[in-house]
Amino acid sequence: MDPRALYQEVIVEHGRRPRNFGPLPDANYRARGHNPLCGDRMTLYLKVDDQGIVEDARFEGEGCAISMASASLMTEAVKGKTVEEAELMFENFHDLVMDTHEAKRPIDLGKIKILAGVKDYPSRVKCATLAWHTLHNALEGKEEASTE
Amino acid sequence: MIDVNRIRADFPGLAQTVHGKPLVFLDNAASAQKPRAVIDAVAHHYAHDYANVHRGVHQLAERATDAYEGAREKVRAFLGAASTREIVFVRGTTEAINLVAHSWGRHALRAGDEVLITEMEHHANIVPWQLMAEEIGFTLRVAPILDDGRLDMEAFAALLNERTRLVAVAHMSNVLGTVNPVQEIVDMAHAHGALCLVDGAQSVSHLPVNVQELGCDFYAFSGHKLFGPTGIGVLWAREALLEAMPPYQGGGEMIREVSFQRSTWADLPYKFEAGTPHIVGAIGLGAAIDYVTAIGLQAIAEYEHGLLEYATEALESVPGLTLVGRAPHKGAVLSFVMDCAHPHDIGTILDGEGVAVRAGHHCAMPLMERLGLPATTRASFAFYNTREEADALVAALYKVREIFA
Repeated sequence: MDPRALYQEVIVEHGRRPRNFGPLPDANYRARGHNPLCGDRMTLYLKVDDQGIVEDARFEGEGCAISMASASLMTEAVKGKTVEEAELMFENFHDLVMDTHEAKRPIDLGKIKILAGVKDYPSRVKCATLAWHTLHNALEGKEEASTE
Repeated sequence: MIDVNRIRADFPGLAQTVHGKPLVFLDNAASAQKPRAVIDAVAHHYAHDYANVHRGVHQLAERATDAYEGAREKVRAFLGAASTREIVFVRGTTEAINLVAHSWGRHALRAGDEVLITEMEHHANIVPWQLMAEEIGFTLRVAPILDDGRLDMEAFAALLNERTRLVAVAHMSNVLGTVNPVQEIVDMAHAHGALCLVDGAQSVSHLPVNVQELGCDFYAFSGHKLFGPTGIGVLWAREALLEAMPPYQGGGEMIREVSFQRSTWADLPYKFEAGTPHIVGAIGLGAAIDYVTAIGLQAIAEYEHGLLEYATEALESVPGLTLVGRAPHKGAVLSFVMDCAHPHDIGTILDGEGVAVRAGHHCAMPLMERLGLPATTRASFAFYNTREEADALVAALYKVREIFA
């Protein structure tokens, strides 16, 4: 198994230098995500405007390259999207990495598709989905997410 | 002397490739591979001698009982115990410690008492005591470690007092590899009137253990880390303690007489073996004990010490790698972190190279907290591992650097 299929340049780079990393003082949605199995932790902040558009997204935390890169790419991707689109992306991303092909309402995931390789590493799927579960919980108003 | 090639030929699980690479199995602290002798003993028993134990009047029941009780005698000799009455078969170390916490704990501990553990304990030697502390109201105290992974013996001594009723300590740390000075710890505990439980999950497969020489009061270990089956383990305890302790679970096998008014308990060790036991697991464990005893635990310990020294030096040569756990007396467990990559990413890259390690908190979250680390990568060796495999580990770590550094 060639690890480069999973650890593509973009993932390694985002893992090393995550975008949108840090607090967001005027966030109106936030949630903490935790994968107790491996100790990955993150806090996600969202600023959603009156029209339901994600104006800003930032995160803090620590974890493996996959979870950090996934959070980094996610915060980039959801900016400018509506809350509904962000939730759709969560569903589509989940299907992509679980390899279930059940997405009822497909949406183009763009750059995030680079994480598809994680589906060949079942023990690492939760690393990739932690940020998205945290996003989903933030939007649902739940403050804690766990991917154990 | 260990003839490692001959030994490797005894372990069918080792002779395979993963992801197209020869398997380098360095996850022995989690569970060990099985020699043909164990696999055959289990299969043979199921095929030829299987029946329930202790009850039947027929030939197979007699054969099964002989084999099961034969395994108990092997365990007794292996631990240097005085009597098979002191050998209780359980599911594993975790159940053994839970048995002591529930049975002895409820019987002997009171509010205001103290149980002393250490910062390097596995969750299995923390949580059972927390559960009982909540129920009974005794206090759980924790002896700290030093930065190199040794137990802080001064702090340990200072925590012992007349309220201490039990010291529960790992013989060998599953994360740091530290081998604790159990004999000294036992003497100190006894001097304060406390008993001592030793968690032997990591030690029995790597160094000779004699419970009478150690002087401890309880000793627990698991079969699967000793090259035996899963689901079987042993609690050894002094006969007088077991006699005084109430049953842990009720059911068949553990009774003498039952009426709806009251029941009386079977003799030791059956008082603590309710229900049909893991008969074939015990027989497999007996075969595993025969196997390691024929090689000799002293020879195993010496061979693994050579591996530890070699692997320590090899890992230290990897740029950006820091070993966690540098106690002078340790087993062949090498936990480490790298500045360029997270333990889980390291584990995944190593797996791609055929090298099986563990990444995570290793069921020792309080220890991770103490070390200030969310996780480590851990390579743990057994006597079937080789220096070439340590080299393969290092080569795979350079792959990690290639991708991340």
